Amino acid sequence: MTTQNNTQSRLARAWDSDLAYSFRKTPMAIISAIVVILLILSALLAPWIAPLNPFDPSTLNLMNGFTPPSTPNAFTGETFLMGTDDQGRDVFSTILFGMRISLFVGFSAVFLAIILGVTLGLLAGYLGGWIETIIMRVADIQLTFPSIMVAMLIFGIAKGITPPEYRDQMAIWVLILAIGLSDWVQFARVVRGATLVEKNKEYVQAARLIGRSPVTIMLRHILPNVLNPVLVIATISLALAIIAEATLSFLGVGAPPTKPSLGTLIRIGQEYMFSGEWWILLFPAVTLLALALAINLLGDWLRDALNPRLR
Amino acid sequence: MNSIVKVENLDRVFDVSKPWLNRVIERQPKAFLKAVTDVSFEIERNSVYALVGESGSGKSTIGKIVVGLLGKTGGRVEINGVDLETETDRAKVDAVRADIQMIFQDPYASLNPRWRVRDIIEEPVAALGRKTDGLAERLLEQVGLSAADASKYPHEFSGGQRQRICIARALASEPKMIVCDEPTSALDVSVQSQVLNLMSDLREEFGLTYLFISHDLTVVHHMADKIGVLYLGRLVEEAPRDVLFATPKHPYTQMLFDAAPRMDGFGREVEPPKGEIPDAINPPSGCAFHPRCPLATDLCKQKQPQMRQHGDTRVACHMVE
Amino acid sequence: MENPILSVRNLVVEIPTRHGILRPVDNVSYDIHAGEILGVVGESGAGKSMTGNAVIGLLTRPANIKSGEIFLSGQPIHSLQGDALRQLRGKRMGMIFQDPLTSLNPLLTVGEQLTETIMEHLDVSYAQALDRAVAALDEVGIPAARARINSYPHEFSGGMRQRVVIALALCAEPELVIADEPTTALDVSVQAQIIALLKRLCRERGVAVMLVTHDMGVIAEAADRVAVMYAGSLAELGPVRDVILDADHPYTAGLMASTPLASQGQKRLRQIPGSMPRLGQLPPGCAFSPRCEFAQDKCKQDPGPTRETCNGRAACWFPLSSNAKQEATQ
Repeated sequence: MTTQNNTQSRLARAWDSDLAYSFRKTPMAIISAIVVILLILSALLAPWIAPLNPFDPSTLNLMNGFTPPSTPNAFTGETFLMGTDDQGRDVFSTILFGMRISLFVGFSAVFLAIILGVTLGLLAGYLGGWIETIIMRVADIQLTFPSIMVAMLIFGIAKGITPPEYRDQMAIWVLILAIGLSDWVQFARVVRGATLVEKNKEYVQAARLIGRSPVTIMLRHILPNVLNPVLVIATISLALAIIAEATLSFLGVGAPPTKPSLGTLIRIGQEYMFSGEWWILLFPAVTLLALALAINLLGDWLRDALNPRLR
Repeated sequence: MNSIVKVENLDRVFDVSKPWLNRVIERQPKAFLKAVTDVSFEIERNSVYALVGESGSGKSTIGKIVVGLLGKTGGRVEINGVDLETETDRAKVDAVRADIQMIFQDPYASLNPRWRVRDIIEEPVAALGRKTDGLAERLLEQVGLSAADASKYPHEFSGGQRQRICIARALASEPKMIVCDEPTSALDVSVQSQVLNLMSDLREEFGLTYLFISHDLTVVHHMADKIGVLYLGRLVEEAPRDVLFATPKHPYTQMLFDAAPRMDGFGREVEPPKGEIPDAINPPSGCAFHPRCPLATDLCKQKQPQMRQHGDTRVACHMVE
Repeated sequence: MENPILSVRNLVVEIPTRHGILRPVDNVSYDIHAGEILGVVGESGAGKSMTGNAVIGLLTRPANIKSGEIFLSGQPIHSLQGDALRQLRGKRMGMIFQDPLTSLNPLLTVGEQLTETIMEHLDVSYAQALDRAVAALDEVGIPAARARINSYPHEFSGGMRQRVVIALALCAEPELVIADEPTTALDVSVQAQIIALLKRLCRERGVAVMLVTHDMGVIAEAADRVAVMYAGSLAELGPVRDVILDADHPYTAGLMASTPLASQGQKRLRQIPGSMPRLGQLPPGCAFSPRCEFAQDKCKQDPGPTRETCNGRAACWFPLSSNAKQEATQ
């Protein structure tokens, strides 16, 4: 009595799986994936494909300021693909380098939120009792505050305790900490719910039966089975984290002015929006929109593809 | 006495009270569910002891207590002479742990969907730190699957095949006793026969003892040597198989045998049993079966009957003399 | 014999999947007469639930009826859609599902669900509908029916809930009731009560019943005739006593022989080797041929024709009953 003989390679089996099939058949998923990959690639390759380095003050020429896109500057004669901002920074290069910050902060913050949230969710779900009560009540309390407020609070505290010379350097890390700490709750909740379901299944009882420690059971048995919803939430969280970073930078509490991110550019652009220099706002905003939207759509597809009832 | 498992006056009570705040607001007392009350039995080495009952009888709870998954609130459980709760010698506890295994009812929830079959089967042995080379392949062949199945995942197998994998896992640590909690209830008839035959063969080959928990009387008739009948957490009758099926003494056992649908019961117009299983949180006074019993008297309403020996049978009923 | 209430002719249900087109119901035909209980038996994946769903129009996309006809009291219903189908359901066809907990709306009282169904399909006032609802609860054996009409489903026990489901299925006075594993989730003693109830009500009212289950004991006690399904096709159809005791199709015979009851006194149960093939992996010819001890070359090439045997019908080249064997060799 044998089952189907599987002689395909690992890669072939992955390509053939239901998930990959669903991906191939959903045009929106393919388009979103392409957009995301393009944007990430251009951010990664920024030092090589950007015409100028906007973070290097020595390359800036104030006389280049407010140059419209693809038109030679009246004073210096230089042309910039997407124009320049108020300090003469090439908008195109700033977008590329700014995306690096946005993506780095986004990925790192979500990573932090996942580590924290999944761990606490597992502990709360499996151990129950007062541990669960404490973790869930803290989560509930945190949810009553808007996440941006929590982020700003953490940011403010961090700013207060770091000496001024290090503030610019630390800004990125504080951003990551702030966004990550404001985001862990949804992961914890979802993982706790899934853990409660898995805890009662017979395979967990079988593991308890042979005397495995709770830590082993949580990490090796339960964790692999509760990761599906985490994946879906992670993609959408990534988009939100990127927007959160942009929001904080827009409010002036995020990326330092010497290292502008997309949010910083939008803040600058917003000031000049009605006086005619539309390009400073438009291009970064469209980039941010494309990035967040594409990631969101990918997350949507993933959620539907992983939902066992829709298969 | 050559018993591998000895259960004495086993009690298990669950506190199912609502949270404190709810109770204060609704002015309700604490609620306790007496899942198992005063159950005593012994299982002989190399035999099959079956626990039969409907929902609320406590049979699954007893199985879990024997195996160590659930604690007890009263009584004693001895496996191979060792009481797992009071034994202090670590080596003895580990030895007994390896000696007893369990097979569960739901073949779809008993195997971790993210683990390969090989790791699932070898886990009981790997957890004790022993070597596991080729163990999974050997066991797979023994339960009628092929060694190549070791690298696969559970979702590639059917229900009957998954149950075989569960049996292979149960055999990995070379146990002396296996608790089987409704092992074939979720399987189709034709698959059931294969799995039951496998279990009988393995029992002979390895000299195993089974505690077989089921609600299916035909399966129990085929597999068991001795049968205990449970009602609402108490043992009401216990007898060797042939004696129990030929002359059931307790009215509940008689009702159970009568009501069970039979394949040779064509057009049988039998008076179905009255009433339903009572609420375990507020059981009837005296004998829990008296509201449905055709022989009930006032004594039955007041006093709980004790288990008494009648020849080969133990019965708990006032009306059996 | 009078005309059947339900007549299914050459029903084929298909499910298109990415791996090909599956046929969970392949060329199935049977009749059910008034007051008769037809048992439909088979293993999981044999197609028995799918047949019932096709009749009552509850196939979930992408499953669809590819071909064949279904007649309810002579009226073709297989191509009905939307409103017409909805009017048919509940009024002329009732359904009893396996899990009583999820069959009832937890937010409505039992009375509300009953009166809603009654008023939807019968032309009566609310007061009359309420009376009928109480009478229905009384008939299915719920004590103190008038008091309990305002209870919610979760306030009943499992067996009581299934009785309410039966009352709900019968309250609009249907001609046909499809019961899909109605007793599987219940205790043995409650099972006996529900079976007795179903038998009595359907015989009294002349309702045709299609009883889908995998429990042979329930079939033996409740059904008049039984249809055995294997891998989507009908293997055998006949009176219940004949099919169980003297089966024509080797699969049925093997199934009956492998039950614990048939092997009383023996150490090992008789078993059919192998397992039922998945729908996407059907062997050529007769789907049962790889496991059949009587299989011959003909069986592996051509699926068996449905032959009339002295029992009823069996889809086998070489049915087992002695009379049929004589017919085959002549």
